[in-house]
Amino acid sequence: MKIWPSIGQMRWGWFLLGAAVILLWPVFFDTHTPTILLVWALFALSLGLMWGYAGLLSFGHTAYFGLGAYVYAIAVVNIGESTVPLLLAMLVPAIVAAIIGAMMFYGRISDVYMGVITLVVSLILFKFMSATAGDKYAIGDARLGGFNGIPGFPVLNVPGLPDVSLFGVPMYYVAAVALLGCYLISRWLLARSFGRVLVGIRENEARCELLGYSVPAYKTAIFSISAAMAGLAGCLFANWAEIVTPSVFSLRSAAEVIIWVIVGGLGTLVGPILGAMVLGMLKLLLSEQTVIDNSLILGFILVVVVLAIPRGVVPALQGWFGKRTRIRTQRAVHVRARRRVAAPAPGRTP
Amino acid sequence: MDYAAVVILEILYMISFIALVSAGLAVVFGMMRVINLAHGEFVMLGGYTTLACQRAGIDLWFSMLILAPLVVGLVGLIVERLVIRFLYGRMIDTMLATWGLSLLLIGIVTLIFGSSAVNVPTPIPGYQLGAYQMGGYNLFIIGVTVALYIGMWLVLRYTRLGLIARGAMQNADIAASLGYNPRTVYMVTFTIGAALSGFAGGVLAPLTGLLPASGGGYIAQSFIAVITGGAGAVISGTLASSVLFGAISQIVSFASGPVLGDIVMLGLAIVLLRLMPTGISGRFFRNSQ
Repeated sequence: MKIWPSIGQMRWGWFLLGAAVILLWPVFFDTHTPTILLVWALFALSLGLMWGYAGLLSFGHTAYFGLGAYVYAIAVVNIGESTVPLLLAMLVPAIVAAIIGAMMFYGRISDVYMGVITLVVSLILFKFMSATAGDKYAIGDARLGGFNGIPGFPVLNVPGLPDVSLFGVPMYYVAAVALLGCYLISRWLLARSFGRVLVGIRENEARCELLGYSVPAYKTAIFSISAAMAGLAGCLFANWAEIVTPSVFSLRSAAEVIIWVIVGGLGTLVGPILGAMVLGMLKLLLSEQTVIDNSLILGFILVVVVLAIPRGVVPALQGWFGKRTRIRTQRAVHVRARRRVAAPAPGRTP
Repeated sequence: MDYAAVVILEILYMISFIALVSAGLAVVFGMMRVINLAHGEFVMLGGYTTLACQRAGIDLWFSMLILAPLVVGLVGLIVERLVIRFLYGRMIDTMLATWGLSLLLIGIVTLIFGSSAVNVPTPIPGYQLGAYQMGGYNLFIIGVTVALYIGMWLVLRYTRLGLIARGAMQNADIAASLGYNPRTVYMVTFTIGAALSGFAGGVLAPLTGLLPASGGGYIAQSFIAVITGGAGAVISGTLASSVLFGAISQIVSFASGPVLGDIVMLGLAIVLLRLMPTGISGRFFRNSQ
């Protein structure tokens, strides 16, 4: 039985449709809000890749998002041109995740303890960054600024041309290309043997180990790749918000990305993207009113989804649409089986 | 000399603080292997219950020692019936659902009490220790924690309820075959765990002040204390890790500021989990409670 039919199946029609909608959007509509939705979608994609396919849930994935944002801000204040900071914003989270991941996975730590450790990492960063007010906490020219964060750093520019900054619609296209590119990279990774081994690890770790795959190495690799994507999203977030504060490391944002992914759907790539966009939009709309607290709605959604549709909305819908074809196949199988029963093999008496 | 006494008292207070806020989580994790991420919000609810009762004119001692655990225990019972009981055996899903619950509770409390910080008056005045002004209430916290842990030990060791609890903890199947419905045991355990959290919140409210989001501050400490302590031994494991983390965090705080104290404590927790994945109790006290 094919449990995960989406692996390696690139639905080019849907992809091109989605890409066309994203790329043509600025022709007709405003881009400020859609930009941040694309960035959140990229962040959710990074967690969805790791959690949905390798079965690794990082409770504090926002640590790498925040690291990307902070690394970009610190580096761009010191360097002035944004190409190297952009690369550093992916490289540093990837290295940090590789170190933490290697420590956890080679230590054979169970998934619950992994949840605790990843959460504690983002708590440490939150406490540290909140406490860095004052002049003695500075890296080069960048003051970390404690709870107020780092404001007013240069935004992304065209590589090699520090004066031509990407702002508004060009920034939207940077985010769009980043999201579509990371989606294609994820699809490509999953279609290769690397991705298939990851799914194998999720389904049966001992069997993969016995087949000769180094399970910790694969887990560390996907953790690191996912952290690099989260770092890229963090860097784009910093460019959109034009300020970085310790709230990127908070429990609240750690919870948010997990909610986006689980509501969207585990084991799909489009699920987390849609989940982040819809719930991100909801979050922005809710923050415009003050009657109902934002966390009340978010918490309610998370509880209901875990209880009612633990696999998420997109897989549930896929299962619902796929049901008709499945019923047809099953009926054919049943008919064949009935024929076999009706005409027993010769030489066998009941 | 006075300074040494101050340091020792502060270390004892920190140890008691961690042990007190971890008690509820330790009972729930040790007995049911359920990690309750809404634990911090249960503690916060205990604080707000105390505040509400005190504003309504009820005696402060009565509201923090009796009413806070009762109300939060009731909330725990409702939560167990509505959410947790559908998720037994699905550890990650339980963590996610209780995380959602924690956001939900923060939202509800914000709706009722507003999002600004409020204070509960301290019922015990401070005293003078040499050149230093000390909070008398800290001593009360230390005393309450010692009494609570002795009480928990006595109940687990010498009562029929404790016997059933220990039996269910060691082997739920055998306890069930002897006629004790594990579902009922779980329900009672979760309620008691929530009540303990509410008790901690009520008792600590005069010291810490109250915010709807203040649960997040408790969850990190109690979480690492309980997980590092290990699931095998509720009392000895939690106490051991509380002593370790409390002492180290407070010593580092005295040496170089409170933030570094917190960071060193969390870093140490990561290292300990890597070295001892079954927790302190899994390593050192295999046969205790």
